[in-house]
Amino acid sequence: MATLIDKIPGLAQLSKKDREIVVDPLWDNNPITLQVLGICSALAVTTKVQPALVMSAALVFVLTMSNVVISVLRNYIPSKVRMIVELAVISSLVIIIDEFLKAFLFDVAKELSVFVSLIVTNCIVMGRAEAYAMANGPFRSALDGIGNALGYGVILLLVASGREILGGGTWFGLPVVPQFVYDAGYVNVGLMLLPPGAFILLGLIIWVQRSISGKVID
Amino acid sequence: MEDQIIHLASLAVKAIFIDNILLAYFLGMCSFLACSKKIDTAVGLGLAVVVVLTITAPANWLIYEFFLKKGALTWLGGSRFADVDLSFLKLISFIGVIAAMVQIVEMVLDRFSQKLYAALGIFLPLITVNCAILGSSLFMVEREYNFPESIVFGFGSGVGWALAIISLASIRQKLRYSNIPPGLRGLGITFLITGLMSLGFMCFQGIQLGNPAG
Repeated sequence: MATLIDKIPGLAQLSKKDREIVVDPLWDNNPITLQVLGICSALAVTTKVQPALVMSAALVFVLTMSNVVISVLRNYIPSKVRMIVELAVISSLVIIIDEFLKAFLFDVAKELSVFVSLIVTNCIVMGRAEAYAMANGPFRSALDGIGNALGYGVILLLVASGREILGGGTWFGLPVVPQFVYDAGYVNVGLMLLPPGAFILLGLIIWVQRSISGKVID
Repeated sequence: MEDQIIHLASLAVKAIFIDNILLAYFLGMCSFLACSKKIDTAVGLGLAVVVVLTITAPANWLIYEFFLKKGALTWLGGSRFADVDLSFLKLISFIGVIAAMVQIVEMVLDRFSQKLYAALGIFLPLITVNCAILGSSLFMVEREYNFPESIVFGFGSGVGWALAIISLASIRQKLRYSNIPPGLRGLGITFLITGLMSLGFMCFQGIQLGNPAG
């Protein structure tokens, strides 16, 4: 995987350390499966791939920007009120993205309902602000934000793909299960679209992910 | 009057069992996963969530109704404010209200009930960033509840959440001596159990108190 990443333009110019900051959370230190952050929204918006994609994009924006802003301000924030300052920064960014979605992607915004607003209390954003942006410079904080948000997006898309394909027989709205399978008696697994399907699928993904990456946390 | 009570009871049942805030809407997962290893902790956190939700939902309802909603500021005087729509501020004001309420509850408990404070104290700061709290305030706005409904909804959501975390904690306590495959230990098995619990809660779907048409 490392050699593949070296070929991505843009990333090749970064130093080894910087590259690690972006790549590490994608798989080896994934925010959802290993750091156990930001699970609420990961489950709620994953009945279809499209809202999951929009949600991930929103999180990339919020997490990167909040990391940068908090990192720039980190020497001026008194440690006693840092939570409030962080919350204020994050909720302002979420309001921006929420209004943006309502203006330009109204249908998806309706579907995501309160879950875009709930990015405010998404533990990834708070967690990265506390753990990384408060102690590092803006550039690296931005990389950390992008990396973690993409790591979140990877799992979100995996769960959403699984649910949409198994539950609805489509992927991104396009039919992927061929007709002859249905003719043979296959029926869409409606359970996957319901909440229990999300829990069970994410449980299985965590199992696979942890077995492959070899990290076991009790 | 009787209809009203049945309606509220029905709403409470709905919030606790059918639309359980955790098992159907996935809100409050982080603390649900982190604090469900022991029953004692789960009970403490569950109670704290019930208390805070019952207070914040109606408090946020008042804020939204009298300050933020479109035209809500008309009570300030005349038609000048009829077009003012501050609802885009709801997110930041709800978070502020929740943080303040949590702080007040903490101070009141500290002053009047040392015992309860000792039991719940450490959980209260955690609750500010529990998405179940903010989520139910946002749902309340989205579903246009009125004031009594918002109290019942806040209370019901809290009880539902507490029920879920306490049951999960009891299951996990039993699981401690089971031989689980390494990759599934911890988070993985917890999700599978939650999935099964959520499946169980789906059986409540369709329950309706009183006359369904009314």
